[in-house]
Amino acid sequence: MDLVANILIGVIIAATPLVFAAIGELVVEKSGVLNLGVEGMMIIGAIAAFATTIETGSILGGIVAAIICGALMALLFAFLTQTLLANQVATGLALTLFGLGLAALIGQGYSGKSAPPFPKLHIPGLSDLPVVGPLLFGHDFLVYLSFALGIGVAWFLNRTRAGLIVRAIGENHDAAHAIGYPVVLIRYATIMFGGACAAVGGAYLSIVQTPLWVENMTAGRGWIALALVVFATWLPGRLYLGAYLFGGITIVQLHSQALGLKVEPQLLAMLPYLATIVVLVIISADRTRARLNAPASLGQTFFASH
Amino acid sequence: MFRIEPRKEPSTLMLYATPLIAVALTILSGFVLFTLLGKDPVRATLLIFYKPLTSFYSLSELIVKATPLILIGAGLALCFRANIWNIGAEGQFTMGAVAGGAMALFLFEVEGFWVLPSIWIAGALGGMLWAAIPALLRNRFNANEILTSLMLVYVASLLLSVLVHGLLRDPQGQNFPESRLFHDAALMPILLPGTRAHVGFAVALLAVLLTWALMRWHVIGFQIKVAGQAPRAARFAGFSGKKIVWFTFLVSGGLAGLAGVFEATGPVGQLVPALPVGYGFTAIIVAFLGRLHPVGILLAGLLLALTYIGGEGAQIAMSLPAATIQVFQGMLLFYLLATDIFVNYRFRPAPMKTAPPSTPASPTAQ
Repeated sequence: MDLVANILIGVIIAATPLVFAAIGELVVEKSGVLNLGVEGMMIIGAIAAFATTIETGSILGGIVAAIICGALMALLFAFLTQTLLANQVATGLALTLFGLGLAALIGQGYSGKSAPPFPKLHIPGLSDLPVVGPLLFGHDFLVYLSFALGIGVAWFLNRTRAGLIVRAIGENHDAAHAIGYPVVLIRYATIMFGGACAAVGGAYLSIVQTPLWVENMTAGRGWIALALVVFATWLPGRLYLGAYLFGGITIVQLHSQALGLKVEPQLLAMLPYLATIVVLVIISADRTRARLNAPASLGQTFFASH
Repeated sequence: MFRIEPRKEPSTLMLYATPLIAVALTILSGFVLFTLLGKDPVRATLLIFYKPLTSFYSLSELIVKATPLILIGAGLALCFRANIWNIGAEGQFTMGAVAGGAMALFLFEVEGFWVLPSIWIAGALGGMLWAAIPALLRNRFNANEILTSLMLVYVASLLLSVLVHGLLRDPQGQNFPESRLFHDAALMPILLPGTRAHVGFAVALLAVLLTWALMRWHVIGFQIKVAGQAPRAARFAGFSGKKIVWFTFLVSGGLAGLAGVFEATGPVGQLVPALPVGYGFTAIIVAFLGRLHPVGILLAGLLLALTYIGGEGAQIAMSLPAATIQVFQGMLLFYLLATDIFVNYRFRPAPMKTAPPSTPASPTAQ
């Protein structure tokens, strides 16, 4: 039973950074903006959190630093795409390339150091229950936050007036502009929210999951998060399914040795990337389903002529 | 305050000026960056952008670095022109090196005029095969080519690692994960004696010439341009979108594959896990900086090669962190995208009073 619990905990730890990054991107895309810079914002979050935690000794400070730096990276993207009307695909790529470089530059002095242990929830009695205890009551607060975030985002998008406006802008920015909504301003806000979320995902990698700083440690997770949004057909609930599926695949890779699988480790390491491709193909093959919830203005440049 | 106004015609002056402005702004930001790092900014800038131009050997190294950037960039420009986003050139580069390298090992100690062409063709085919996957998935299943081509970058580099750990490992290599050194007959012929500059640069120039001619005179070049600028018009004209996807992916994959095999059988001389060093991603910057025009790409490829060579020099001379160059390259693309607004829009002083409602112009979306 302990093995099962350990595997499930491993899945949760592997899935949480993906959840953060993908839920943020989902909001950004719902407002009609395609930010391909998730990988870059994630890695900046990872190094910002790690460096701050090492320097100040405060984990919470690290997470706050990640949020600020992620939002600043996103602000750069927002300024370029919303104010200077740059192409979103190209700008997103630039954000990723720049973020990976900047993180490597900042991270120079931090490789080899390790972050202090991350405190986990402990409720006497409940957390000590076999299997159920560690699974439900024994995580760090970011895991619980990742669930709260999803519920909050689903509620915001579907049940509030502001969420409706965000979706309206994503569906038809010209119409939304015509009836007086501040399209650009709202998109600035969603883009920065997305950046903050991606950075928390990155912070989770460097101060909870490993907890080490390694150059390029996001290893494509930002891109997998982008694929998860497509997989989820822009529905927050389905996003968790996808993220946990990927968490499971990652864990298979780690536990294969214990399970006695004799496969080259590199072949197993390919699994998340291959799974992303397979999942994209399955979801996109049915064009109507794939487009059902897709924001109609996604990726288009908005220019208010008057 | 200013207001942004769409131009009736894109400004030709700005089209050529913005890459230069972007480079200037990057150098200026470099000053700030070096000062923050506690390095002498003037010396660092001269080391990166000027010093490599002063010796014959570093000029030849410039050619070595520019070769893959130009080859890949020329192919990517075709894709980007058609609004098709192949961002997995790094993977196609790796697979070109794998396929060409495997061929070189298969033909070990074989001599003959056909050895080199076979290796190169194998490399090009390796890259094309890898690029065919996202093209097929997009055409057949409507899967987003950005994500699939990028995922395949990671798969390709893991595949290279598996192969040099197993099947292609040097039997006498004491278990080091690397292939044996390629036989002399498989190596790239050297262009300039005493340097590493190889004939790959000539091939890159040829690729520039051919893609330029293609875009200018061939009907597929015209179709690519129309598909990119006016997708609806392309559909009405009956151009096959699927054909354009296949064509651009296969050409760019083939060129990236060639770049990969040239790198493996040129400066590296064997297959090693660290073969892919990011040329496929830097080539994206090259393509944009070169304005998606083959001649521009030639110049942009040389400029980014300069940052590599100069960066290495500054790394040794001033112990500048290696990642500085990556930051530079990222900034360059940012500045380029930022100043791009001057091409299609102009800034006008906003009127003092509320302007009368003008006739709504159609928003120019890119």
